[in-house]
Amino acid sequence: MASKDGKIKELRTEGITKRFPGIVACDSIDLSVGENEILALVGENGAGKTTLMNMLMGLYQPDEGRIFINDRPVQFKSPHDAFAAGIGMVHQHFMLVPNMTVAENVALGFAESHRPFRLDIGAVKRRIADISNRYGLPVQPDAYVWQLSVGEQQRVELIKTLCFGARFLILDEPTSALTPQETDELIALLRRMAADMSIIFISHKLAEVTALSDKVAILRRGHVVFKGSTQEQTAASLAALMTGHEVVLPRNACAAGCDEERLVVKSLTVRSDRGFPALDGLSFSVRAGEILGLAGVSGNGQRELAEALAGLRKIEKGNVSLMGTKLTNRSPREIIDAGLGYIPEDRNTEGIIPSFSVKENLILKDFASPAYARGIFIRAKAEEQNAVALQERFDIRCSSLNGAAGSLSGGNIQKVILARELARSPKVLVAVYPTRGLDMGAEEFIHTRLLELRTHGTAIFLISEELDELTNLCDRIAVIFKGKILETLAGPEATRSKLGLLMAGIKPETEEAASGPSSPTTEARS
Amino acid sequence: MKTSARVIYIAIVSIVAALAAVGIGAIVLTLLGADVFQTYKVILTEPLKDLFGITEVLVRAVPLILVALGIAISFRSGILNIGAEGQIQMGILAAAAVAIALPNLPKVVLVPLCLLAGAAGGAAWASIAGYLRARLGVNEILSTVMLNYIAAQLYGYLLRGPMIDPAELQTGSGTPQSVRLPKSAWIDRIIPGTRLHWGIALAVVLAALIYILMWHTTWGFKMRAAGASAKATRYAGIKVETCLLSAMVLAGAFAGLAGAVEVMAVHRRAIEGISSGYGFSGIVVALFGGLHPAGILPAAVFFGILLVGTDMTQRIMAIPANMVSVLQGAVILSIISAKMVIGDPYAREKFERRLSRIAHRRAKNEPDSGVGQ
Repeated sequence: MASKDGKIKELRTEGITKRFPGIVACDSIDLSVGENEILALVGENGAGKTTLMNMLMGLYQPDEGRIFINDRPVQFKSPHDAFAAGIGMVHQHFMLVPNMTVAENVALGFAESHRPFRLDIGAVKRRIADISNRYGLPVQPDAYVWQLSVGEQQRVELIKTLCFGARFLILDEPTSALTPQETDELIALLRRMAADMSIIFISHKLAEVTALSDKVAILRRGHVVFKGSTQEQTAASLAALMTGHEVVLPRNACAAGCDEERLVVKSLTVRSDRGFPALDGLSFSVRAGEILGLAGVSGNGQRELAEALAGLRKIEKGNVSLMGTKLTNRSPREIIDAGLGYIPEDRNTEGIIPSFSVKENLILKDFASPAYARGIFIRAKAEEQNAVALQERFDIRCSSLNGAAGSLSGGNIQKVILARELARSPKVLVAVYPTRGLDMGAEEFIHTRLLELRTHGTAIFLISEELDELTNLCDRIAVIFKGKILETLAGPEATRSKLGLLMAGIKPETEEAASGPSSPTTEARS
Repeated sequence: MKTSARVIYIAIVSIVAALAAVGIGAIVLTLLGADVFQTYKVILTEPLKDLFGITEVLVRAVPLILVALGIAISFRSGILNIGAEGQIQMGILAAAAVAIALPNLPKVVLVPLCLLAGAAGGAAWASIAGYLRARLGVNEILSTVMLNYIAAQLYGYLLRGPMIDPAELQTGSGTPQSVRLPKSAWIDRIIPGTRLHWGIALAVVLAALIYILMWHTTWGFKMRAAGASAKATRYAGIKVETCLLSAMVLAGAFAGLAGAVEVMAVHRRAIEGISSGYGFSGIVVALFGGLHPAGILPAAVFFGILLVGTDMTQRIMAIPANMVSVLQGAVILSIISAKMVIGDPYAREKFERRLSRIAHRRAKNEPDSGVGQ
C-alpha cells in the first residue's frame, strides 16, 4: 500500500450500509475522523457501532458505501489490509488465542518477529516490554491467555494493537475493565497519543466521552442520529440523545437493614487455575436485606471467589455458610438447594445453554422438581406456563419461547438468567458483573430488580467493576486486591477516588495507619 | 415470501449437495470403467423392485437404526462414541453365550434374556471408555477406537478357541464360528421365505422410546444439557460426568442390542463379520438423521437401500461392493457441507436478497410485455 508509513489525515465513510439477517445493522452511515482527532462513537447495544468498526477493520465487507483514507477509496478485504493501512482495533470481544501465551498472541500478527523457520519470540517480548513501559500497561508475556482475567486480556489486546504500530486506533469499550485511576490514565494516554494518531473511541460511559473526545457521533438502530462537537454536550444530553428518552438509574435510598447474617465467608483460601493462591484468607458477610458490593480490578480473585461460592472450585481452607448451613466444598446442587442464587460472569456460556430454548433455560435448575416433573417425565405444560409468566414479569423480548436462548440479545439473555434466579426466591444472590456490556435500558431494569430483591430481604453479593453501579446500589462496598479484602466501606463514604485508590492496592492512611509503620520515616526525615 | 425463499434455498443447497455426492461417486465409477448412470439406477431402484429386495433393505436397516439411536444419545450428550463396532461384537458374544448356555429355557424367557445380555455386553464395553472420560478425562474418541481393536481380537479368539463349534474341530475345517443357537433363542421372521424379522418392530418401538427419553424426561434434559454446554450445566447443579457415563453406557447398550438381534434373527450363530461395519455406518445414519429418532428411521432405510443396492451392482454390473464405502464417504462430506451452508444465516440472507432482486426485475418486466401483447 502506498500509504504504508504515511499519516492518516482523514478517514471517511460514505453511505456505509451493512445488512444482517432480519436487520439493517448500519444504514448509510457518513462519518469522518480527521488527523489527531478523537471521535467518540456512542449508542445502545445493537445500534451498529461494532458492525461499523468491523467494516473499517476489514472483518466485514460493506454491502453498500465506501471508505476513504486521505480522500482515496480503500477496500479492506481482511483485517490484514486494515493493519497495513495503519488501522488497529481493540475489540470488545477479545481476539486472542486462549491456548497461547501473551507473547505468542502478539507474535501472531507481528511480522517483524517472523524469521525464516523460526519465531523471534525474544523480539516480541522486547517489543511488549517497550510498549508496556511506555504506556504503563503491565502484562506477563509468558502467561497463557486462558489464565488471564477479562481485564488482563483487555490489556493484552491494547498492547497487541500498539505493538503492530497502529496509526489509527479504534477502541471498542476499552475502559470497561479498568479502575477509575487506570481509566483516567488511559484517557490521559489517549490524549497524548492523539498527538500522533487519530482515535475512534466506542463507549457507554458518557463521562469518559465528554472527558476525552473532540467529536461525538450517536448511533441509534443503524442510523447516525447526532454528529457534532463534544464540547457543546453534557453526559446527560448525550444520554437523552442516545436512548431517545431520559434515563435515570435507580439508587439505593433506604438505610441498610440490620438483619441476620445470611452469607458468611471466613478466611477463604482458593487456588487459581495456575495453582497460585487466588484468595488468601478472605472473609466477609452479607446480611439479609443488604447489598454488599465487591469492587476490584478483575483478576484479583473475583472469578475464583464466585466459583468457590457456587461450588465449582475447591476451597483449600476456610468456610462458607449460608444461614448457618455449612456449604464449604459442597456440590453445586446442594448449594443451589440451600438457597443460593447465582448470576454468573459469562452469561452466554455459564448462565444459559445457548442451543436450548428460552423455556428450557428458565427451568434449568428446577427441571427435576415436582413443579416441572412428574416422576421422570417433564411436564411440558408447567414448563410453558412458567416461561409465559416469567416472560411477562421480566419483559423478556424474544420471537418465540421455543427459540434458542443463544439467539437473544445480551440484555434479554441476562433477563432470562435473572428471571430464573429470582423466580427461585433465593436467600442469597451472588451477581457477578451483572450489567457488563449491557445498554442503559437493560442496566436500569436489572438494577431496579436487584433493589426490589433487597427490599424483600434477600442478601445480595454484587461483584462489579462499575463504580457507579456499586455506589448506586450497595449498602457496603468491600474492595478486593490480590485475593484479600483490603477494606470495607459503608455506602455513603465510598467515593470514586477512595474506591479507586483501594482498587489499585493503596490503603489510604487513616489515623491509626498514619501512626503505624509510616510515621517513623516522617519522623526520621524531620 | 420469506419462508418460501428459505425453502427454495434449502432445496437448492440439498440438490447441489446430492449432486456433489453423486458426482464424486461418478468419478470413481468412471475410473472403474463402469456405466455411471446404469450403476446408480441399479443401486437406487433394484432393491425396491421386489419383496426380496425390500425385506433385505429393512433387514439392513434394523442394526443401523439400533446403532444410530445409541450414537444419537451419546453425541447429543457431548460424548462421541466411535466404538459401536466393538460394542456390537461384545453384544453378539454375550447374547450367543447366554443362548448356548441356557438352551432349555422357554422362548419367552430366553429371547428377552439374550437381548438383555447383548445390551449388557455392549454397555459394559462402552462403560470402560465412559468411565475413563468421566473420571480421568481420557478422550473418548481415542479410547473407543482402541477398544474396537481389542474387541475384534477378543471376538476372533473366542470364536477360534473357547466358543468354537466342536463339530468344526471334529471335521477339522476349523471355521471360526459358534454352534448354532438353540431355536428357543431365535427371533422369528415376519414373512416366511425372507429374512425380515421382528427386530424391525423392536427398533421402531425403541426409536419412539428414545425420543420420549431424550425430549420429555428429566434424564434426557440433563444429558442434552451436558452435551450442549457442559459449563452452564455444571453451574445449574447437574453432574456432567454422570451424564457422560450414562450416555456412553446407553449408547453401548444399543450397539450391543444391535449385535444380539443380528445373531439371534439373521445369522443364528456367532460368525466372523456379523457387525460388517454397522458400527461405523450407524454414525453416518445418526448424523444423516439429524441425531433425532424421527430422522434416523428414514436415514437407516436409505442406507439400507445403498447397502443392498451396491451388493446388487456387484452381482449385476460386476462393480465391487466397496463402492458403497466411497459413496458413504461422499454422502457424509456432502451432508456436512450442506448443513454448514444451510445453517449460515449470512449466506441465506444474501440468497434471499438476490432472489427478491430477480423477482423485482420480473415484476418490472411483466407490465412491459403485457403492453407489447
